[in-house]
Amino acid sequence: MAHFDENAKPFSNKWLDERIGLNTLMRVLNTEYWIPKDINFLWAMGMVLAATFGILLVSGIFLLMYYKPDVATAFDSVNYTIMSEVGYGWLWRHIHGVGASIVFLIIYIHMFTGIYYGSYKKGRELIWLSGMGLFVAFSAEAFSGYMLPWGQMSYWAGMVITELFAGGSLEAVGLVEWIRGDYVPGDAYLTRFFMLHVLLIPLVIIGLIVLHFGTLRLPHVNNQEGADIDYEESAALWKAGNRKESKVIPFSPVFLSKDLFVMGVYFILFFYLVFYHFNFAMDPVNFDPADGLSTPAHIYPEWYFLWSYEILRPFSKDIGLIAFAFAQVVFFLLPFLDRSPNVAPAHKRGLFQIWFWVLLVDMIILTAMGKLPPTDPTFAFVGLVSAVLFLLMWPILIVITMFEKKIEKGA
Amino acid sequence: MRELKVLAVVVFFSLLTYYLVEPYAHHEMHKKVDAEGNEIKIESRGFAYDGSGDIEQAERKGDTALVAKKKTFWADVKKISALKGNMTAGEAGFAMCMGCHMDGAANMGGVVPPSLEHAGTLYEKNYLIALVKDPAMASNVDHKYADTMMHPMGSVSSMFTDDQSIADVVAYLMAKKAGEVTPKEAFAEACTRCHAMRYANITQLGDTPKFKHEKDALAHKIKVLEEQDAVKAYMGKLPPDLSMIIRARGEHFMETFIENPQTQLPGTSMPRVGLSHEGYEKVKEYLTEIGDPSKKHREALGPWVLFYFFIFTVLAFLWKKAMWKGLH
Repeated sequence: MAHFDENAKPFSNKWLDERIGLNTLMRVLNTEYWIPKDINFLWAMGMVLAATFGILLVSGIFLLMYYKPDVATAFDSVNYTIMSEVGYGWLWRHIHGVGASIVFLIIYIHMFTGIYYGSYKKGRELIWLSGMGLFVAFSAEAFSGYMLPWGQMSYWAGMVITELFAGGSLEAVGLVEWIRGDYVPGDAYLTRFFMLHVLLIPLVIIGLIVLHFGTLRLPHVNNQEGADIDYEESAALWKAGNRKESKVIPFSPVFLSKDLFVMGVYFILFFYLVFYHFNFAMDPVNFDPADGLSTPAHIYPEWYFLWSYEILRPFSKDIGLIAFAFAQVVFFLLPFLDRSPNVAPAHKRGLFQIWFWVLLVDMIILTAMGKLPPTDPTFAFVGLVSAVLFLLMWPILIVITMFEKKIEKGA
Repeated sequence: MRELKVLAVVVFFSLLTYYLVEPYAHHEMHKKVDAEGNEIKIESRGFAYDGSGDIEQAERKGDTALVAKKKTFWADVKKISALKGNMTAGEAGFAMCMGCHMDGAANMGGVVPPSLEHAGTLYEKNYLIALVKDPAMASNVDHKYADTMMHPMGSVSSMFTDDQSIADVVAYLMAKKAGEVTPKEAFAEACTRCHAMRYANITQLGDTPKFKHEKDALAHKIKVLEEQDAVKAYMGKLPPDLSMIIRARGEHFMETFIENPQTQLPGTSMPRVGLSHEGYEKVKEYLTEIGDPSKKHREALGPWVLFYFFIFTVLAFLWKKAMWKGLH
């Protein structure tokens, strides 16, 4: 058995260190968790995401105390009980609604940062894969949460999305009914999505966040130039007091101080949206109670699903579904489709830089077309072209990265 | 500086996406087009009623007879509007209105005749003239009564047969029934004969009283259901509960729809209510009070929260500066 100091005061530093290795933990996770110095504010998006998830969790707990998962009472428990009877219920709801939307903006920024700087490459594959796992889990969380207010958009979005599981010409209606627990979204449907939203998916998310942090510890985060840093050498320089020469900084407090500043700026934007500009996140259509006999004029998902919705929409039923399924998984494959050995920012990678900006713009166009009415022939055509382009981008990626020149790195 | 350049790129693409999926997409989704595919601009006419919108709408249908009919009708309204009303004669005329528009009136031909207690404040003068002259034309739902069905207020034409009598009764309403109106009264008089508001315990029969015995509560509920059946039979469907309507529809939709329901929902059975600007403001105030009660709290708390995070950010910036000193 390990040695325990008889004289150590309970809960003193020494007492805790002997029992849970407090000092080791602090060192490994904070003071000697080395982060490259050559970074910009985009490197703070991870902590911004963690903070936003925290906000969603806390606001969600408050909402959970008054929400009623029952088709007869769900709408009123949200729009009447929480919004007008519960003290500050409106604040928690607006925070939760805006948070759920804005978290995806930050996720996309975080993802495109990773793509731009090649942060998914050799040694960092698991960071990318666990991150993509988080993207899927957050998507499921967002969708299940969207069902809960039981408004018109909840109901009809639920109807459309679960219908996808029929698999087009496979006509697997049995599977759809099994998922819904009914022929159409109803009480059984609402209660199971409630369970998913407040228990199962959050558990998965928390697990994946831990994994995501874990995958980061050994390969370390990337830096602005993709430089291969000798962490031991740099850490030794830092510890010796040569802070200027060292290429790294400790996570806490140096990196954290910058994170906190970026978070401050982000929170100003976040709460501006919560108080003054929330309609983008709380669709007015969803303030009409769910009505299975009255289909809204336009059914569309929240903005963050629009690009993949538009990959489904321009094609015939079966091809659309296959393209849609492809779009859902293809980002997972990125570390393996990119054949280039270069870990470098896109602007140093020749054709890859063009590929990156085309992908970004194409996804923004898809996002716009996913909401615009496809009855307009121009929108339908632009949607089709950008969907086809999205599908072609991946074989193109393989080819251009195969022929990418290896960058010789100077010291 | 590099960080600012990166920030500019992030902000540019975020705002571009926002513009495309919110203002632009919503404009494209809700725009109305005529037969040639040209956009029909729906604009508020400031709660003044001169029939110009109704005439344009008839012109778009290409029905020349209807256009002529509407033009004549609204020209007549204009003519009556210029007449000087006699208050005493108007009071006598109003006595006839009271035959139906009385306290505790029962459903007549589909709806309960509304109280006229604040008609002079709530409704616009030209609209009232038009309504007394021809209720279906005034409320722009004449398409519903083209054949056999008669407007529930149709009998008014036998009561006010000449222009002067219409001018008289409207002058009386504008002068004597124009007291201060609370938002709730405005809503009750203008809307509740068709629309319920469950978050305020208001049904088509008005405020729901408190009952001591469940039996009485159930008896009242049956009366409400019967009233709703009557409204449903008359309107084609039960008009929606308005508890959350202020959040479910935008400002522009509300204004233009209430001025002339046919602009936003062509063919709807909802009649034009004829609210004056003041009447609309009162109704909107009540809809906000019930449907968006947190609005005033939001506006009061918002600046403080933003101030807090501003201080937070300044302190965080100073800390960051201190921490990163001498690193480069």
